[in-house]
Amino acid sequence: MKIVVDLNRCQGYAQCAFLAPQVFEMHGEEALRYTPLAPEDQSERVRRAAAACPVQAILVEEEAGPGVR
Amino acid sequence: MSADLKNGRIVVVGASLAGLRAAEKLRDEGFTGSLTMVGEESQLPYDRPPLSKQVLLGRVRAEDTGLPRRREVGAQWKLGIRATGVDPIGKHLVLADGEQLPYDRLLIATGTRARPWPNPGEGALDGVFTLRTSDDAARLAERFDAGPRRVLVIGAGFTGSEIASACRERGLEVTVAERGPAPLVGALGGALGALAARLQLAHGVDLRCGVTVTALNGRNGRLTGAELSDGSRIEADVAVVALGAMRNTEWLAASGLAAGPRGLACDAGCRAFDMYGIVTDDVFVAGDVARFPHPLFEYQMLSLEHWGNAVEQAEVAAHNMVNPGPLRRPHLAVPAFWSSQFGLNIKSVGVPTFSDQVVIAQGSLEERRLVAVYGYRGRITAAVSVNRAKWLEHYQRLIETAAPFPPEPAAVDQPASSTPVPSDVPDPKLLSHGPTVALTGHQPDRRLTLMRWSG
Ligand SMILES: Cc1cc2nc3c(=O)[nH]c(=O)nc-3n(C[C@H](O)[C@H](O)[C@H](O)COP(=O)(O)OP(=O)(O)OC[C@H]3O[C@@H](n4cnc5c(N)ncnc54)[C@H](O)[C@@H]3O)c2cc1C
Ligand code: SF4
Repeated sequence: MKIVVDLNRCQGYAQCAFLAPQVFEMHGEEALRYTPLAPEDQSERVRRAAAACPVQAILVEEEAGPGVR
Repeated sequence: MSADLKNGRIVVVGASLAGLRAAEKLRDEGFTGSLTMVGEESQLPYDRPPLSKQVLLGRVRAEDTGLPRRREVGAQWKLGIRATGVDPIGKHLVLADGEQLPYDRLLIATGTRARPWPNPGEGALDGVFTLRTSDDAARLAERFDAGPRRVLVIGAGFTGSEIASACRERGLEVTVAERGPAPLVGALGGALGALAARLQLAHGVDLRCGVTVTALNGRNGRLTGAELSDGSRIEADVAVVALGAMRNTEWLAASGLAAGPRGLACDAGCRAFDMYGIVTDDVFVAGDVARFPHPLFEYQMLSLEHWGNAVEQAEVAAHNMVNPGPLRRPHLAVPAFWSSQFGLNIKSVGVPTFSDQVVIAQGSLEERRLVAVYGYRGRITAAVSVNRAKWLEHYQRLIETAAPFPPEPAAVDQPASSTPVPSDVPDPKLLSHGPTVALTGHQPDRRLTLMRWSG
């Protein structure tokens, strides 16, 4: 599952880091680090994190890229 | 007319962030015609910011930063092939293999590339790198994994500073050489440049400012070290050349478009200008390669190397490609970017280099949590936060409304001193790294023109 976070929008609220700690992690006080290609077993958690982000900064692509289209 | 615009042939050159976001937006806006994406890199669009951060730390593989799609784009992808020219009269794009792709409307989103080391022989030494593409990042991360004895970073702009930060976090010895007086001064001015310098030193970076690297030395084709303009020598087995970016416009040299080293000029609606300054109506431009006028900055031409600008400008360009005149939109977004380094989150809104004064409006340099507000001739033009991102939105509104500088004292977190000081934005010619924002217009009292410079 591909992810990108708009870090201009992200305000470091860390909801995502609570909901999917294997994918999102705070570095220092407010810098977010994330794994742009999340393991499939994290999909449900990532979806929940994206929905919970108060500034809707997390963009998720549902299926893994089916190649060129 | 409008119905026609939703159909026909659109070709996008440059299949990266701006190209992808434009393609998605074209379909969102009901474009049902044929869409072709041409990209020199063989990968599908991927995200670059992680390359100097998670990837160099070894936490994410370089090939795993592919950009998610917002939607299906139904495009024909021509990847791994370079566009070599445009015929604006015959309305076709020419590819490196000689193929001619006819278009009704063309979007140019060819971005920038890393400025190479000026001496090609030295630049070809094993151990010398630049960082722009995922292949670059893969090679560099592999070298870092192998545990080099010392890394030399040439240029202390954002990319150079993030690379140095990654080195320290991995426990690698790193020397940073910068011609200007401090890291990041080109983007943020003197006060925050001084903070960046203290931060690097506190994290164990061997920081050398006010010097240039005069030669890279090698033995048997491998890098062994470098010589600096102050006469000193450094031993290093890896050198990363972080001298800023060059706009990918050479391929447009014979196109008759207003393309040059500063970018491809366009109007506020992302329509490219031809070389006479006449606006075209079928060639559009977005992202790092664009040079556009911004009303908040006295209509000066801005060239931004910011992720957020690529996204916003691509969406405006796409909208305008499929809508008639009166429905078109201007690209007015306030420039914004972020960087994370040495554990700090640095965010900026506005154009800090478009300033004559700066004031620490909240927090302090000592705490390493602050908001610096920049002003030009008595109005607020930018704000930069260090671990204080939540406040930026407030200052963004002040920028948008041209609020007076200095700002009203903040209700919380008041700084020890709130006296504005000169913002000390140096002439870009004095820096090693290229600034990531270039004001390429003319201000009589400033010399903020991005020119070719070396070393
Ligand atoms: C290491 C790194 C870290 C960054 N970190 C940040 C950050 O923290 N915050 C931030 O705001 N921004 C950051 N950026 C900047 C951000 O990534 C760019 O602003 C963004 O990539 C611009 O997108 P673009 O699509 O305009 O151009 P690019 O991403 O440069 O893409 C242009 C594409 O066009 C292709 N191309 C060029 N010429 C041709 C041709 N003739 N024919 C066909 N294809 C061609 C290129 O190969 C490339 O794939 C970073 C950039 C880098 C390199
Ligand atoms: S929840 Fe949203 S705002 Fe908070 S850290 Fe995650 S991405 Fe950023």
